[in-house]
Amino acid sequence: MLEPLKSLFRGSRGVPQGGGLVPPSNGGKPQRPRVSAETILSTRTSRGLEEFFIQIRDTSGLTILDLGGATQKNVSFITDLGHRLYSEDFLRILTDTFGLDDTVDQSNPGRIEYFLKQTLDYPEGHFDGVLVWDALEYLNPALLNAVVERLHKIVRPKAYMLAFFHADDKLDAVPLYTFRIEQVNSLEVLQQGMRRPAQLFNNRSLEKLFGRFESVKFFLTRERLREVIIKV
Amino acid sequence: MSSMPPARFEPENRGGAATIGKAVKVVGQIFSREDLYVDGEVEGTIEALEHKLTVGPNGSVSAAVKAREVVVLGTIKGNVEATDKIEIRKDAKLTGDIRTARIIIEDGAYFKGSIDIVKPEPAKGAPKAQPAPAAATPAPQPTVAASAPENKR
Repeated sequence: MLEPLKSLFRGSRGVPQGGGLVPPSNGGKPQRPRVSAETILSTRTSRGLEEFFIQIRDTSGLTILDLGGATQKNVSFITDLGHRLYSEDFLRILTDTFGLDDTVDQSNPGRIEYFLKQTLDYPEGHFDGVLVWDALEYLNPALLNAVVERLHKIVRPKAYMLAFFHADDKLDAVPLYTFRIEQVNSLEVLQQGMRRPAQLFNNRSLEKLFGRFESVKFFLTRERLREVIIKV
Repeated sequence: MSSMPPARFEPENRGGAATIGKAVKVVGQIFSREDLYVDGEVEGTIEALEHKLTVGPNGSVSAAVKAREVVVLGTIKGNVEATDKIEIRKDAKLTGDIRTARIIIEDGAYFKGSIDIVKPEPAKGAPKAQPAPAAATPAPQPTVAASAPENKR
């Protein structure tokens, strides 16, 4: 079953394949590679996804943004509901913009502006929902705050976003996932190696991060992943 | 087609499609009344409304594209309208907005833009399909059934 997926590397995200030691951003000794080539495929239920779809399934013609890059399942699922889908390969552009060791330049204002122009250059209130997946885990504070602020601007009030964060707050690396929608409450999760997150979050830090938003709701999965529904 | 410099045709069979070879660059408008295979560079517009456009692995299209069917193995920058379907193959790159009836995206393809699925409109004047008459109804007059073949192509 996995055979056709062997050549796949986090969907189309273009994250460089592993190997070698990665120099840390703080100039310390090299750390383990942030990515590797092993592929694991699994399916699990997702309360967060279910909650997200409750908000968008009864109305057609909505505009949904998927930051996970285009996959057949997600495109088909969203468009079959009658919605218009925008696709952004967020982590691929992150890697293209900031390089492999992407915690180095993520606080550079010029680069941040360039990155936002590449990924989230949309009119105010343009989207009726955003599938953020786990993309925010790989942003350092300066870039993260800029991205969250931009999301707040381009998503219409009362709309919802779905984001995932690892629940462990002491991890050197987290599984690198691609999420494919199976059903309204079920995800196919493709794990392709590991990647070092820029920062990890607990409930309090997430509430602070999304402090400008109307509400934040958490679901903890068996994989120790926080599924977060954010109401704009 | 117009504005097309002399093209170098590939020796292999493209299924009868007109070909823009990988050493050819076209700037301008292309109107095609046959299938078209682009393995070179095109800047401008491409229209093959009743036909299939294939952008080969070496192909680079910076153009608004309209075709019945679009298959991308190379790169397209521009909006794409495909009345039937669009296929974005592994390693292909498409940046632009898509309007189509069906879309196929292979893993490993890069896409940035929006997707509008536009269901094809039924042919004008075609009668709406009716449910089959109940089995208990004796010898119904197949008025609807008689007209149904007109819908088939």
